[in-house]
Amino acid sequence: MNRRAQLSALLALPMLWLIGIYIFSLVMLLVTAFWVTDPFTSKVKPGFTLRNFEQIIANPAYASTSLRTLGIALAVTILSILISVPLGIFMAKVASPKLRALLAVAITLPLWAGYLVKILAMRITFTEEGFFNSMLGPLGISGPGFSIVTVVLTLTYLWLPYMAVPVYTAISQLPPNLFDASADLGAGAGFTIRTVVLPLIRPAIIAGSIFTFSLSLGDYIAAKFVGGSTQMIGSIIASNINLNPPIAAAFSLVPIAFVIVYLVVVQRTGALERM
Amino acid sequence: MRSKIMTGAAILAAAALALTACTTDSSSTGSGGLSIDVPDIAMLEELGDMENEVNIVAWSGFVEPAWTDEFTAETGCTVNRRVAGTSDEMVQLMRTGDYDVVSASGDASLRLIAGGDVQPINLDLVPNFGDDIVEGMKGQIYDTINGKSYGVPIGRGANILQYNSDVVTETPTSWDVAWEADSPYAGKIIAYDAPIYIADAAVYLMAHEPDLGITNPYALDETQLDAAIELLKQQNEIVSEYWADPAAQITSFAGGTTVLGTSWEILRKLTDDAKFKSVLPEEGATGWSDAWMISAESESPNCAYAWVDYTSEAEVNGAIATNFGMAPANGAFCETSDEAAAHCEYFNATDEEYFEQVWFWTTPIEQCIDGRTDVTCTNFQEWTDAWLTVKG
Repeated sequence: MNRRAQLSALLALPMLWLIGIYIFSLVMLLVTAFWVTDPFTSKVKPGFTLRNFEQIIANPAYASTSLRTLGIALAVTILSILISVPLGIFMAKVASPKLRALLAVAITLPLWAGYLVKILAMRITFTEEGFFNSMLGPLGISGPGFSIVTVVLTLTYLWLPYMAVPVYTAISQLPPNLFDASADLGAGAGFTIRTVVLPLIRPAIIAGSIFTFSLSLGDYIAAKFVGGSTQMIGSIIASNINLNPPIAAAFSLVPIAFVIVYLVVVQRTGALERM
Repeated sequence: MRSKIMTGAAILAAAALALTACTTDSSSTGSGGLSIDVPDIAMLEELGDMENEVNIVAWSGFVEPAWTDEFTAETGCTVNRRVAGTSDEMVQLMRTGDYDVVSASGDASLRLIAGGDVQPINLDLVPNFGDDIVEGMKGQIYDTINGKSYGVPIGRGANILQYNSDVVTETPTSWDVAWEADSPYAGKIIAYDAPIYIADAAVYLMAHEPDLGITNPYALDETQLDAAIELLKQQNEIVSEYWADPAAQITSFAGGTTVLGTSWEILRKLTDDAKFKSVLPEEGATGWSDAWMISAESESPNCAYAWVDYTSEAEVNGAIATNFGMAPANGAFCETSDEAAAHCEYFNATDEEYFEQVWFWTTPIEQCIDGRTDVTCTNFQEWTDAWLTVKG
């Protein structure tokens, strides 16, 4: 009995947080999706209507924006993997301890800067007369300007540490004799990475991808400052949140659905248990 | 064109027609004109003792220590400021009931009045609201409903066409450079990022597609709204960016990403670079006109009235207008000094002819405020929904 009391005391705070604040506010959000808004005063009244969902289906902008956002989130995730795996292998297996420490600091350093500061830095970099064009202009290369490409680059810059850190940790924990064995059996570097390293670090990649994917899915500030005319799910929710909160709530179900589908797929692969 | 300005008493006397005056020919509205159901909220009859504080929701630059300190010293009311970034945010904040006063633009004020969030203002208790208030800001549709006044004007400005004269060497006379697909500046055009920007497209169509029959950019029936959205989609192909954040707009021009597009005088001034010039094109433009409104649930009505009156005084009203960069509502400010005169000149403060070309932001509602009764106009929710399709 005493142990039970201890256990519940221990769990009280996290449970209060999880159910009382986290789950409750999510449920309230979902309930709001069925409420009605006065078209003139934009006052929200409790009620039950499916009109908000009808509107989301009827207006093609919602679907195209959802698909665009999904594409951006997947692109950011793939780009992060493509950078993190070679970087992780180099840091864990090739670099000297000094260089390794330096790289580790370099990867995590951006986490200490403000989110908005980083986006504005990207804005300055990619502006027409900015850093990118002035460096590469003489070579005849002109930057992507403010476009969907810049949004992907910016989000990758923002979320890369969430992929790079777990991937590096996983690679550094691989026993060195696996590499030796692979080399002894005649495998080249590429073959070793494909058949030995990647299968072993897959849980880490999936863990990282949950961050890069879901963080990108919910972002809208990057689209606003470096996206030019790029519209994301978050942009639409933000523009509706004051005028028509119920439709904003209804539309927020779309990214939630995306993340749930993603998690189910990940779960199927069995990666969650090994995380 | 004079007519878009509500001509006051004559029309108000026509009873329930309070919303009609926004057309070229207000007499055409007839008896089927507009009236808005406004919750009955009592007007303050006389002032009492000052409370301790007044809570204000305002645009950035409207409430600054330079003039609030003196107010607090005079009245004993401490000023608590909350800066809001958009009209929609202001409406939402006022509904919390935590604020006494708001600096509402025309697209927020109608919603606040109809929502019963603000109270009618007894102008007898605002002695500084007098003959010096510029003609074009008295009794406007967006702060005077059914003959009752809900707002005391602060200032106004136009959404002008700003351009980089290094690139755009000839002064544009028309908005066509910002709207037409064959614009020589395609890919370097900036547009405003809000549903109310649909009205800018309507202003352009009003001049270039007369067959659509648009007479007021805030009274669009479905066909007219579709036409405006088509034009916005065409523009979407040639824009470099959309701006809602003033700082982003300035850096877009300064960084060369944008060479022309919609702007405010103050933003042009802030670039601090003479190569950026502005013009009010021949089609006219949209604009904004702000007014103080007092919350229906105000816990400090006396401090609120005192604040509204204090800021309507020529010097203070001028200080706000100078700080924000707009035309002051109180014309008397223009005669207080050479600097003030220069400010008024620059912002066309008393130039009604200039502001006759400006269609001030107004919340679009189902009743056509241009006086048409045979069609239903599109409301702001429909504008918001249509706006999403522009960027697709």
